[in-house]
Amino acid sequence: MKVIRWGTGLLILGALGYLNFFVLQAPLLVSLINVCLFSALFVLYRVVRGPSSADRIIAVDILGILIIGMLALLGRFYKQGFFMDIALIWALLSFIASLAFAKTLEGRRIDD
Amino acid sequence: MIRQVAGTIFIFIGVGFDFLGVLGLIRLPDVYNRLQAATKCVTFGTAGLLLGVFILEGFTSFGFKALLGIAFVFLSSPVAAHAISRAAHRSRVPLAPETVVDMYKADRDAKS
Repeated sequence: MKVIRWGTGLLILGALGYLNFFVLQAPLLVSLINVCLFSALFVLYRVVRGPSSADRIIAVDILGILIIGMLALLGRFYKQGFFMDIALIWALLSFIASLAFAKTLEGRRIDD
Repeated sequence: MIRQVAGTIFIFIGVGFDFLGVLGLIRLPDVYNRLQAATKCVTFGTAGLLLGVFILEGFTSFGFKALLGIAFVFLSSPVAAHAISRAAHRSRVPLAPETVVDMYKADRDAKS
């Protein structure tokens, strides 16, 4: 049973990697952005099906960090500088949101 | 030429670490294990990706913003992770059944 599950997962991942890097006729940065988007899909799975609310908070935090990297790659692809400004502001807001969620989970007020 | 190769290698390492960290976020059994794998790998992955973008861009405004993003991710991500794990332990999120020792709970029991 375990072998079947691992084999299916590795087969799906290998097929997606092969399609992404060897079949798709696109620049290299587009393939890397596709990998980041696929990781974001995994993170959304953890957001939807987290057993506790701490899992969802962690997943949203990690999603913010993934989006920072993806925005850097997008700015590199389109050769425009304002993507990096969006990434910095996103990092700031994600940090503050994580701290506020942690305080709320602990049961204290925001201004405590 | 060397700059292109080094930046591309750093970007590949960063995207790979992002993907592995998200796999850890999916597969590990516990909130704290998930937090450890995800935060460590995603911090290194995004920092490596931004470092690669900086090496590719050079000393332009885009590159300096990428360096600023590295500094901010390194400063903010461990703080958020620590706050989330502390809040999760205080709100009694259960540990994995394979856990051997829980020193923080023993400490708090001895103190109160």
